[in-house]
Amino acid sequence: MNFQKIRTLLGGYLFILPAFLFFIIFSAYPFFKVFQLSTTSWDGISPVAPFVGLDNFKDLLMDNPVFWHSMKNAFYVTFLALVVQNSLALLLAFLCDRDIRGGNVYRVIFYLPPVLSGIVVGLIWNWIYDGNYGLLNHFLTFIGLGNLTRAWLSDPQTALISVSVIHMWKGFGWGFVILLAGLQSIPRELYEAARVDGANSWIVFKRITAPLMIPVFILVSILTILGTMQIFDIIISTTGGGPGYHTEVPITRIVAMMIGSSKFGYACAMGVVFGLILLAISMIQIRVSKMMRQV
Amino acid sequence: MKTYLRFFMVSFLALALTGCSGESHKQKNLNSKSITVWHWMSDREDALNELVNRFENETQVKVKLELFAPSEAYAQRVKASAQTGTLPDIYGILGEKRDFASFIRSGYVKNLNEELSAKLGNETDVWKNSFFAKALAVNEFAQGNEFGIEPGIYGIPLDASTIQMVYNKKLYAKAGLDPNNPPRTWDEFIEHNRALKKSGLPGFVSGFGEIWMIDALASNWAMNIMGEKKVFATYEGKVSYNDPDWIKVLSLFKQMADEKILVEGAVTMVNKTAEQTFANERATYAFNGSWCVNVYKGMNPGLEYAPIPPPAVSSAYPIRVWGGAGGSLVVNNGSPRRDGAVTFLRWLTAEKQQSYLSQATENLPSVKASLQHISPILSGFADDMDNATHPNVYPVHEYPEVTEAFNKGIQSILIGEKTPDEVAQNVQKTKEKELAKNAK
Repeated sequence: MNFQKIRTLLGGYLFILPAFLFFIIFSAYPFFKVFQLSTTSWDGISPVAPFVGLDNFKDLLMDNPVFWHSMKNAFYVTFLALVVQNSLALLLAFLCDRDIRGGNVYRVIFYLPPVLSGIVVGLIWNWIYDGNYGLLNHFLTFIGLGNLTRAWLSDPQTALISVSVIHMWKGFGWGFVILLAGLQSIPRELYEAARVDGANSWIVFKRITAPLMIPVFILVSILTILGTMQIFDIIISTTGGGPGYHTEVPITRIVAMMIGSSKFGYACAMGVVFGLILLAISMIQIRVSKMMRQV
Repeated sequence: MKTYLRFFMVSFLALALTGCSGESHKQKNLNSKSITVWHWMSDREDALNELVNRFENETQVKVKLELFAPSEAYAQRVKASAQTGTLPDIYGILGEKRDFASFIRSGYVKNLNEELSAKLGNETDVWKNSFFAKALAVNEFAQGNEFGIEPGIYGIPLDASTIQMVYNKKLYAKAGLDPNNPPRTWDEFIEHNRALKKSGLPGFVSGFGEIWMIDALASNWAMNIMGEKKVFATYEGKVSYNDPDWIKVLSLFKQMADEKILVEGAVTMVNKTAEQTFANERATYAFNGSWCVNVYKGMNPGLEYAPIPPPAVSSAYPIRVWGGAGGSLVVNNGSPRRDGAVTFLRWLTAEKQQSYLSQATENLPSVKASLQHISPILSGFADDMDNATHPNVYPVHEYPEVTEAFNKGIQSILIGEKTPDEVAQNVQKTKEKELAKNAK
């Protein structure tokens, strides 16, 4: 290798060096640090972090039903978001894909909730769900369904679903924008050709829209799963995980362990396990979607 | 290409050097002549700034007051700064006693025993004696404390507080009840609530979504029913949570649920919303700290209310309320301006400054001499200072997991999901697990 080649090679590495350093400092190092801390009983304050091996993981996996209950709650919200939130997003994307009057206005309106802060959204919905003077109870009474009124966020039967509704309301705008972009990228000639061949709307959707939208569906569902499993701000601003443990999710448990109990090491172990579960879900999803594409 | 490469390398090195200047920043902090104070008390920001101005004018010493809110964010900042050795000269530690102990053990907090036991100039008494003993006690580590900390007082209370019940006098009169005769016992409390309900008036509110408030109220009643010793014996693991006295404590919340005393949604309500509910007269009673005087004044200046201790369930032991220091500040043991920091705190807790602070912020002063300047309502909160206690002064502490199981269990009772016996069993199970884990 002559000097010129070495210089060219070195120049290339120098160009990627800043990005590489940023990656090491802000991604790789914290990632490995969390792993390292998860094997300690660090309290988050002391300069010493006593090594406890895999004790935190053992306790978490074998003896922490509250954490696994919170995981179940997160799966429940995620399932609702995948089905209801994304169906709504798809429906609205279809409607806006047509040349309707004021289409841009609708796009802005639908995209507003995701832009708002989760805490603000939580506080607004607190007023809507209020058991005494809430808008929802007022509306139900107005339409003659006064027997359904309740403190929606304090009732164990409705707390989790109420929080899920807030999350879906806040989140459907993301799916809407991505799905709309996907729909608009499908060549119009395909639809025209199908219509000439006599295809009805259902056939057009089944044979043209759906197959071409599969990559977009995959993207939206991965983002929905990862985003919903990590739900936190809405829970904190509405129920705080209560009543009891009814709306606890993994992140609220991690925060409770970190701040409430000052068990940073244990909280890191929770973070590692939770991260691995999310990784496994994403990998399964990618594999399934690859199989679907082959079909 | 060469020029671009050179430009890029120079820029990168400049950026890298700027980014790596943490040490020099730290050095700058240490060499700075002004005393830096970190706090989280946004409601006291204006008054504190005014006091800082007065101090600077009097002493020519610069003080840099820095506010970080909300308190959760502040607590995290302090912990992160402890790790990087960038704590300010004066700061506050938010958290439980074990967190405080961890800060001390790590060398981040100065023991102020010597300074508090000293008399300065023409002072007639030592600094320590000017404070309410209860306010100072939360910052004290006694001989033989469970954390193994050198005995001493490690923090200076900026103000004091007690957490009690308040009742709305106007709603009381509306229900045909005597507004000057609030409930003193549990039976009276139930009876008065029935009268309120009959008149279509709302009951009791508290921010039970913040579970420490449940803990405060439940421990008031626990100490009233079984006395402090038995409560501490439970924390030590010598008494079971299945004990009839603990079941009795939990049953009070069951009765609250059965009688529908709590306003709808209080179980998951944050205290700010609970404060709004009481201030807007949508609840007749509230369980809240003395800081509420300032809050209610801002929300509804015409609100007619008065503080009362939580109704006593038993006459066997006195009812204790949580209280003591409101916000406390500590001196960074690693600061080169430790002496200046102590001087500033000494000045800040002198009668004149404390009187100004309590009048401007409607908070209880931490020094006794300033008590004469406070409002009558605030004075009502101060009356029970002698009965005040706080987890930070307990000789023994419960495991946080057990406390959480207890408080969440009470939430479950309030929503009618679990019985007191079921909750007690679950709490005891958690307790045994924690005892076994810590015995290892």
